[in-house]
Amino acid sequence: MSASAMVGRREFIKTGAAIGGGLSVSLYAPIPDGPGSALAAEENAATVNAFVRIGTDESVTVIAAHSEMGQGVYTSLPMLLNEELQADWSKIRVEAAPVDKVYNHPVFGMQMTGGSTTSPAEWERYRKMGATARVVLVEAAATKWGVEASSCKVEKGVVIHTATGKRASYGSLASAAAKLTPPADVPLKNPKDFTLVGTPTRRLDTPSKTNGTAQFGLDVILPGMLTAVVARPPVFGAKVAKLDATAALKVPGVKAVEQVPSGVAVIATHFWPAKLGREKLVIDWDLGPNAGLSTEKMLRDFAETAMKPGAIAKKTGDPEATLKTAAKTVTAEYDVPYLAHAMMEPLNCVVDLRADSCEIWTGTQFETVDRASAAQVAGLPPEKVQIHTMLLGGGFGRRANPNSDFVVEAVHVAKAAKAPVKVVWTREDDMRGGWYRPMWHDRFVAGLDANGDPIAWTHTIVGQSIMQGTLFEGFAIKAECLTDFARCRASTIGDDVGRHGRAQLAVALVNILNGTLALIATGKIEVDVGPLATLFGQKALEQ
Amino acid sequence: MTNFYVNGKPVQVDVDPSTPLLWVLRDSLGMTGTKFGCGMALCGACTVHLDGKAIRSCVAPVSRVEGKRVTTIEGLSANLTHPLQRAWIELDVPQCGYCQSGQIMSAAVLLAENPKPTDRDIDEAMGGNICRCGTYPRIRKAIHKAAELANEGRAK
Repeated sequence: MSASAMVGRREFIKTGAAIGGGLSVSLYAPIPDGPGSALAAEENAATVNAFVRIGTDESVTVIAAHSEMGQGVYTSLPMLLNEELQADWSKIRVEAAPVDKVYNHPVFGMQMTGGSTTSPAEWERYRKMGATARVVLVEAAATKWGVEASSCKVEKGVVIHTATGKRASYGSLASAAAKLTPPADVPLKNPKDFTLVGTPTRRLDTPSKTNGTAQFGLDVILPGMLTAVVARPPVFGAKVAKLDATAALKVPGVKAVEQVPSGVAVIATHFWPAKLGREKLVIDWDLGPNAGLSTEKMLRDFAETAMKPGAIAKKTGDPEATLKTAAKTVTAEYDVPYLAHAMMEPLNCVVDLRADSCEIWTGTQFETVDRASAAQVAGLPPEKVQIHTMLLGGGFGRRANPNSDFVVEAVHVAKAAKAPVKVVWTREDDMRGGWYRPMWHDRFVAGLDANGDPIAWTHTIVGQSIMQGTLFEGFAIKAECLTDFARCRASTIGDDVGRHGRAQLAVALVNILNGTLALIATGKIEVDVGPLATLFGQKALEQ
Repeated sequence: MTNFYVNGKPVQVDVDPSTPLLWVLRDSLGMTGTKFGCGMALCGACTVHLDGKAIRSCVAPVSRVEGKRVTTIEGLSANLTHPLQRAWIELDVPQCGYCQSGQIMSAAVLLAENPKPTDRDIDEAMGGNICRCGTYPRIRKAIHKAAELANEGRAK
């Protein structure tokens, strides 16, 4: 194995042999995860840290550091890489990356997919990987022929010596290329010379999604695997007071009923007996302090909070004083409800927990966090936990959970099951399970002068933060010029827009939903312009 | 014991007769191409053919299929050659792809009964199949395309 084009401050591109022969181009981060892992990383770099593997059979496998949930990254990442590699596109395959820090999101610093960031964030790294592979393949051919690398060109996975017309395929060169040291800096194409990126390219995952072979998390079947459903409380935060599992345990196929922190797991041979068993559970819930909570009550509390002073994100002039001088004031209140993400594929997670390892199969957007959370529950170091990221039947942010709720629960169930287990959420479980896009209340007050022109406005928002207390708190951006009617734009994440009172009275579990920013901030500004424009006349909009 | 045919092959399963066909396919037979979306015949992800008719396998007890012929997405063609599969690939219909087995199976029955459907026919026949990614315009285009491909096939 040899180094090394430098990518980040501490990361190097390495080339090495792929298992079974061939070339592997990897990213190697020399700062170890834990004691002893540096050596292991060195030995396994070819497989663990690879971004592309070129087989002696001409196969080209691109390792995707981001999850495919319909947005097309299992095609766009290979396109970026192959723009430089120039392999035969028909030979490209895609594999989900294992969890490893080399696959961390280049901006967010953890392995994750979200925020429509995959292609821009990987714009350079995947091309560098492809370019590095191409350079060593060309070098291998040049060495073999005793010619200068610069006298060779590549075409669809074949290196060609221009003067003599000699040809060698990538597969035939891969093993020799694996022994070469890549240059420290590999130049990338000027985007004007792109031949693949920017061209209409069919998705690589379409065939498997038209014949039933595409493997989503819910499709994972392990030998000896059991299936569990969990009876979760009817109120967030409720606890089991009394459990009678007698009838459930009599359902043929039900193997066990076990309490887990999130509820009561019914573990069975298959889904249907697990579901029938759950219906037979008799549970008395201690509903706790949220017993009387309702959407109506929470909305009332939000509206009351909006009338009280709160933190001010942006203030220009003295809108309160100006409003008092207005000839006419207009007040508009908007509520957006809690919203379930409602992915087509309900949540699920397969866990095979052993004494010294934990393997997880699931569709997730948050590998690094999920692995750390699972490790904690399993009582294992994170490097003993591996996540196989499956295709996601939609994500929308529900599968990017800072608390890894569905993974953590499945590890608890696996501990109780003492066998590989798949936890399946029914549609109802998925809808009732929380981590919703939060509910928000917005109150706008606008003042018009005698001519009907706007002279001031205030915008107050009340809701739960999806950022506070999570790894992403630092990414919340402050609002900008929300009080400026002519330039109203919300370049912010929802919880810090405008003047807000952060309601701590809400207890439902909330999580990002893609488009949260647009829905909470921009969306409401745009919605509000409509009625105001009607009142002000078109002048307001035309400014 | 329940005996029936899946994609032309006889199968025998020993499950509670109330077990929905969906879970027999997925759990007992390991055929995971047919998807679980709602369990209430509301989303169409689990659509299969029962003696040529589209049914929602999530609410069809396996007792109902005794002796009958079930076709799943795996049985549509051996090698992606069904006109719907060709059209789906040509127009790159799927996004996340989770609903697409059901979409294709519903469309297959539509085309079998109506070789040249109008937009309105398509909207009516496909109304019970939900796509969370919103691929409906491409699904409609692909069904028209598949109808063309099938008609070309017949003309030859």
